[in-house]
Amino acid sequence: MYWKETVRQMDDIGIGSLVIVCLISIFMGAVSAIQFAYQLSGQLVPKYYIGYIVRDLTIIELAPTITCLVLAGKVGSNMAAEIGGMRQKEHIDAMEIMGVNTSAYVILPKILGGLFAIPLLVCISALVGILGGYIATVPTEIISDIEYVRGARSFFHPYNVFMMFVKSVVFAFILVSVSCYQGYFVKGGSIELGKASTAAVVYSDILILLADYVIALLLMA
Amino acid sequence: MIRAEGIFKSFGDKEVLKGIDATFEAGKTNLIIGRSGAGKTVLLKILVGLLKPSSGTIWYDKDNFSLLEGRKLREIRLKVGMLFQGSALFDSLTVQQNVQFPLDMFTNFTYKEKLNRVNECLERVNLENANDKYPSEISGGMQKRVGIARAIVLNPTYLFCDEPNSGLDPKTSIVIDELIKDITIENNITTIINTHDMNSVMEIGENIVFIHDGYLEWNGSRNQVLDSTNMRLQEFIFASPFLQRLRKAALNNH
Repeated sequence: MYWKETVRQMDDIGIGSLVIVCLISIFMGAVSAIQFAYQLSGQLVPKYYIGYIVRDLTIIELAPTITCLVLAGKVGSNMAAEIGGMRQKEHIDAMEIMGVNTSAYVILPKILGGLFAIPLLVCISALVGILGGYIATVPTEIISDIEYVRGARSFFHPYNVFMMFVKSVVFAFILVSVSCYQGYFVKGGSIELGKASTAAVVYSDILILLADYVIALLLMA
Repeated sequence: MIRAEGIFKSFGDKEVLKGIDATFEAGKTNLIIGRSGAGKTVLLKILVGLLKPSSGTIWYDKDNFSLLEGRKLREIRLKVGMLFQGSALFDSLTVQQNVQFPLDMFTNFTYKEKLNRVNECLERVNLENANDKYPSEISGGMQKRVGIARAIVLNPTYLFCDEPNSGLDPKTSIVIDELIKDITIENNITTIINTHDMNSVMEIGENIVFIHDGYLEWNGSRNQVLDSTNMRLQEFIFASPFLQRLRKAALNNH
């Protein structure tokens, strides 16, 4: 096992994507909260439901799916380009001739790093998303601090968090393995490398959405 | 010694190698030459194991390389060094880290032992004081020398060089050629060089394999090149009118 390389990947994926994930999550939560407040206005539904809906929506769907779709664009394309570049510059051939197991050295650390770092990012995204909802609604006096917190603490099912982790692990595996595959088997020059990088994002996104549907069916239906 | 027996290789309908039989001897600089598209890079990739032949056998001394798998294949791989056309140095690693890479992967040396070995190899290729530089900070010739240092760091038995002189000026090319030749003799390595650099052919070609259109067209040493009556070899080596005049003059002096 190449632990040093695995830790480097965890750092690259996790710390490297922290800012963008937080930024997206805060707006994701904020927009969800404002839109629900708009839809619930004038109805009999209590206002504290805004906090409850934002929390569940973020945990079950938005945090794992949106975060992984964004990471497919950021991390996935980067991985495909990095491995594809190594293939084109004969780095992978050089390692193979040396006797290095290139799939174990180049791909496995990325998969392990992704499986460890992406669920943590999703977890952070969920927390920041709920916080985003708070920032968007409480200071603007759409609802009170007490109502939002009450909503965020109501009807909590730990099973939803389990679902979030299942999704994040599956999505992480999809986006890393698809991206590594696209990069590892790239042929040709810089145009093909660009195409491989794009294909990594497109296929990852499609498979993530498909997996999202399948997981929802399996765990919720 | 490496031996190729009846090597055929096709890509789809296109037959690139059409039955190559050749022996590459230890302690000698063995050259594979031929025009672009003749199949010499494919032959080199088959010899080093990056491509599988459609049929035929590769022998590394007494081991049938074509049949090796798993641990035995890895053992042979550790005896192989390769210098790539573009050097294939890892851009994100320094010169020292590049040369040290095989030691990190396959030895249990302490850091000090690794550093000593790296410095020994860099000194051998006349590259002292470049340890902390990145590949992008050194010249093409220096990159080739780092590539050689990395290729020899595990004391290989077999050394492969793909176009070692491409992109280098004639003087640096000679330095690289002489370096490869000296290392080959010092360590009794089986060295196979894929080239179409005529200086290399005439300077270090102890055993030359000339490939034409997928066939082994001619095999001999640099001393036999001048006397050869093979027209394709003559047209390839003495391609320019200037070289043809030189050859005539050399033959007249004989």
